[in-house]
Amino acid sequence: MRLRAEKRIDSPAWMTFMTTALSVLLALTAGGVFLYLQGVSPFAAYAAILKSAFGSGYDLSETAVKALPLAIVSLAVMLSFTMLVWNIGGEGQALVGALAAAAVVRYFPVGSKPAMLSMMALAAVFAGGFWAGIAGLLKAKWNVNEIITTLMLNYIAMRLLEYFVYGPWRDPSSLGFPMTKPFIAAARLPSLWGTRIHMGIYALFFLTAVMEILLWRTRFGYEIRVMGDNARAARYAGMDCMKKVVGVMFISGAIAGFAGMCEVSGLQGRLQSGFSAQYGYTAIIVAWLSHLRPSLSLIIAFLMGALLVGGEALQIGMGLPMASAQILQGLILFFVLGGEFFQNYRVRIDAG
Amino acid sequence: METLLPIFVAAVRSGTPILYATLGEILTEKAGVMNLGLEGIMLMGALSGFAASLWGGSPLIGLAAAFAVGACLGLIHAFLSVTLGSNQVVCGLAMTMFGGGASALAGRSYIGMTIPGLDSWSIPVISKLPVIGRIFFSQDIMVYASFALVFLMMFFLHRTRPGMNLRAAGDNPKAADAMGLPVAGIRYLYTVIGAGLVALGGAYMSVVYNKFWAEGMTAGRGWIAVAMVIFAIWNPLQAALGAYLFGGVETFQLRLQAAGARVPAPLLMMLPYLMTILVLLFISAGKGHKVSLSAPAALGIPFYREERE
Repeated sequence: MRLRAEKRIDSPAWMTFMTTALSVLLALTAGGVFLYLQGVSPFAAYAAILKSAFGSGYDLSETAVKALPLAIVSLAVMLSFTMLVWNIGGEGQALVGALAAAAVVRYFPVGSKPAMLSMMALAAVFAGGFWAGIAGLLKAKWNVNEIITTLMLNYIAMRLLEYFVYGPWRDPSSLGFPMTKPFIAAARLPSLWGTRIHMGIYALFFLTAVMEILLWRTRFGYEIRVMGDNARAARYAGMDCMKKVVGVMFISGAIAGFAGMCEVSGLQGRLQSGFSAQYGYTAIIVAWLSHLRPSLSLIIAFLMGALLVGGEALQIGMGLPMASAQILQGLILFFVLGGEFFQNYRVRIDAG
Repeated sequence: METLLPIFVAAVRSGTPILYATLGEILTEKAGVMNLGLEGIMLMGALSGFAASLWGGSPLIGLAAAFAVGACLGLIHAFLSVTLGSNQVVCGLAMTMFGGGASALAGRSYIGMTIPGLDSWSIPVISKLPVIGRIFFSQDIMVYASFALVFLMMFFLHRTRPGMNLRAAGDNPKAADAMGLPVAGIRYLYTVIGAGLVALGGAYMSVVYNKFWAEGMTAGRGWIAVAMVIFAIWNPLQAALGAYLFGGVETFQLRLQAAGARVPAPLLMMLPYLMTILVLLFISAGKGHKVSLSAPAALGIPFYREERE
């Protein structure tokens, strides 16, 4: 008897959905086993996650608050992943975006809300784009591995943020906490519906629509998809991959930078150390789970947001490290990756 | 020289975790598999090494346990990337997240504890050599083992039959398969051993270097090791150079901080990451053709016999 994998001619949409759902279920089971081995009751842990994320209207709004930056950054990395350029630096790009927005508030405060917010957004977009553009340029010109440069730039951005909030920008009245003074009122994105959800959510819907059109309805999107699928074919068709890398990285970083600005302007109202809670990395999972479809990423981001809210509940309610939620994230990715095999192949058992 | 000497001694020690991780990744990549989960594997190695040293009462037990845990994680990566042909970049990211989270959860009760760890042991006679005796031969046995590993790997990869089989699996799996080599088996083997070495690098940090465990203690060293593989153009000897260079920068910035330099600490802490980018740029821009020539030709590409033309 031997196992044989046979390529499927086509894999219908319902099967993609079923394998993904089954993979996530298996991942949660494996995570439960791991929690159990660590002396944590998996039922209690999952109940805590579900309750904290979906328990009430307020909880749902908090999940949306977490999902918002995730969804925006996932749009950012999705663009680069489509052409198989691995921008792992959404985290750093969001950080420098927030940093730039905070710099504008600090040095060029204006009273008019629209003017202030657009200046902040502009600064954030350029800072994020520049940060990712460095990696894009190094790749285009000298073929420097973008996975490593974007990652190293994450660490550098983190230190840069620390430098400012511990040093020159620290609020003297913050009792030693590493944070800046609260932003002026004009620099705050308004909250909506009496929750902590802010106007960034409109920007998210707009960006999602734009990305959906850009990726699937324009020549630009078509070209970067071809480059991702078959770089050689793209070259023969006369597409200039290297020139596109810089552009794609810039746009990608710009979107992530905007997400960073939304976080500080809409949610925290000041710049503080460790504000981003690894959104940049989780966004990568969101992008992959949504099969690089912008509209789908909205739903996936919401579910991942639930996991982040749940992670906090585990920390506060059960005294587990915040990073515990990462176990589930990693496992979900493992199982979804494995599940993709069964979407593309049919496993047959041959006798003899 | 007398004042610089301690910096060099410390540079070798602080470069050793990176060296183990880089060597492990070279072995894996030479066989054609790209494992980007180094950061997660190092963290799991650091935790299991620490915990096993504590319970087993000996640092050697800790190091062995770390290798075993790393090998198991390597097996997961091999199954996904060799058998199921998954995207290896995403798989590596998954490993990074899983390793970071799992080590944080499982290690929560070890925070604040210390172990005696592995002491240094000067090699008789040659440690008395001027300068190099202090720098290279007054360290601990894990450092000496890493020297041996560098030369062993040089010899193994280029002068032995199994080493050539390994490279064939990474450069031209189709031809290797036609020669009757078990490509999948070879890739499995070196992904597992490679990940074991990566975990040893992590364990060096908790068992030898710091003698404690802290959440996220590798602080990006796994990713730096991925960069060092390219800097080393897949050459173990050059990997040692890269690792010690990194160790030197790390030591330098720590000394500056300790000496109360006027440059703020966060800016100094950027240096190792900045240097990694610069070093990578230097090698890619200056020796770009050499990088593309030395890279295993089938790196990261799954191989299935059934898809032979």
